[in-house]
Amino acid sequence: MSTHQGTGGAPSHRGTATGAAHRGTGAAPAHSGTVTAPTHQGFGAAVSDVVTMVERSVRLTRRNVDTLFVSILLPLLMMSLFVYVFGGAINTGTEYINYVVPGILLLTTGYGASNTAMAVADDMTTGMIDRLRSLPIRSFAVLTGHVTASVARNAVSTAIVILASLAMGFRPNASPVDWLAAIGLLLLYVVALSWLAAALGVIARSVESASTLSFFMLFLPYLSSAFVRPETMPAFLRPISEHQPITPVIEAVRSFLSGTPLGSNGWIALAWCGGLLAFSISLASVLYRRRTTR
Amino acid sequence: MIVEATGLRKSYGPTEVLRGIDLVVKEGSVLALLGPNGAGKTTIVRILTTLTRPDAGVATIAGYDVVRESTKVRGVISLTGQYAAVDENQTGRENLVMVGRLMHLGRTAAVRRADELLEQFDLIGAMNRRAKTYSGGMMRRLDLAMSLVARPRVIFLDEPTTGLDPASRLTMWDAIGELVRDGTTILLTTQYLEEADRLADRIVLLDDGRITASGTADDLKAQVGGERIELHFADEFTARKAIELLGGHVVGQLVNLPSDGSAGHLLQVLDELRDKGLNPQRVSSHRPTLDDVFLTLTASPPSRPQTAPPTSQNQAGSSPALSA
Repeated sequence: MSTHQGTGGAPSHRGTATGAAHRGTGAAPAHSGTVTAPTHQGFGAAVSDVVTMVERSVRLTRRNVDTLFVSILLPLLMMSLFVYVFGGAINTGTEYINYVVPGILLLTTGYGASNTAMAVADDMTTGMIDRLRSLPIRSFAVLTGHVTASVARNAVSTAIVILASLAMGFRPNASPVDWLAAIGLLLLYVVALSWLAAALGVIARSVESASTLSFFMLFLPYLSSAFVRPETMPAFLRPISEHQPITPVIEAVRSFLSGTPLGSNGWIALAWCGGLLAFSISLASVLYRRRTTR
Repeated sequence: MIVEATGLRKSYGPTEVLRGIDLVVKEGSVLALLGPNGAGKTTIVRILTTLTRPDAGVATIAGYDVVRESTKVRGVISLTGQYAAVDENQTGRENLVMVGRLMHLGRTAAVRRADELLEQFDLIGAMNRRAKTYSGGMMRRLDLAMSLVARPRVIFLDEPTTGLDPASRLTMWDAIGELVRDGTTILLTTQYLEEADRLADRIVLLDDGRITASGTADDLKAQVGGERIELHFADEFTARKAIELLGGHVVGQLVNLPSDGSAGHLLQVLDELRDKGLNPQRVSSHRPTLDDVFLTLTASPPSRPQTAPPTSQNQAGSSPALSA
């Protein structure tokens, strides 16, 4: 919090001083070139823009607690449902909760990302985007602010879900390095998914349609190895389940946390996440530019 | 000239929204773009505020090109759009501080400036309430205050009072008047003639993507001629018959004619009408208003009524709002 103090620093006070002088005077044009404008160029300004936008998004998240609450509650409910109701009937070779937690974590990020898509769409479809764009800020600051806040939100909800799962009997078998690997991979996945959500938010024509567009992010985990082993699925679903991006991510996290064999899942998961990240950032940038320069 | 635009053109698909617009605004003056919905007012504002690129033409603000030097342009302008661009879940103060920081004032200066504006716009009491609890008038004031954070040299106000109740409109006008006294250049769009008449030094009349007239309110009134006669008829059909006979233009049952103001001309008009059995219910005569300018120089020319079906919702020609 204390780091951004320096970013706007020196040049800004000039403007205020000159401005204060003209207040109330009335007659003479107050703006005839006397104000030394603060600088809008450079790295400092860019960092300051992003920090301001992140703070805004975090504040808006805090004001919209019910949405955040629901996006944590729903995965917790799903976890309870699967662990206490269906889990007994699903044979995964281990205690079911140990099997299902990684999937629940990805489900949580899906809800989080869907909130991000809606927040972006809200900016794009109200006058807010015109206000922001008529300010001398970096155009990427708007989306970067949303994505960063999204990652922060997801970190909180993921931590809560992990704690809840431990309370429900989840017994990971992971070294600190395994934890780091799992967290690192989840983080990369969340960043990539948040950018994808931001891109969806940019093209959505309304907040409602952003929510609809992001539905597949919530649906994809059910067609993965999140809840049941892909081998148990019918033949036509099995290839989808085995080759979609979420399965290797889940398998890798599961391996880190519970010690199941990793195989090539780690690398495949990394490749998927990296590819998704690059794709989503480009998509979001292109769509943002197209949507905002008509 | 602080705002200069030459040959601005813009189409959205097959629709030509701007068909060659030339504009200049002198520093410290107020220009009103006046025209009906769809005339192209908002598109001009969006181009000048760097939000939209023109298909052709050049525009500069304070010497900076709006396309090539957009960041510099954004540093000297501000935009208050038709819809309040306010974060409803942030407080008034948070909104202002955020804009100050995005204008790179630095945190301390942004807070100080926010407090100044809250006081100036009479929002101190509400500064720590979320903007969504504000009334329409308060919301617009906050919106305008957000536009003033960095003391822009040119302020764009896109229909600043549309949808406001009369009292809030007066408050807005006062706030705008204060900016003018401070020497800020203002370009505003409006479909209210009264607003243009009251606030603007110069008025540019816009219709269908073209400038149809420009000048001071007095210049424009002079273009329309000396005096106007208004004839109220019992129904639109009779009113249309009357303008086929006399010329002038019609809004609903109301016919509006140019005149030299003499009693002789008025009698002659009434005689001609009586010969055809078209008797007006009421007659009045007045100095031209911007309404007359607007009706004369935009839309429905006298020759059109035969082809265009009468629009029954357009009554009361003296209404200040034209929503053609």
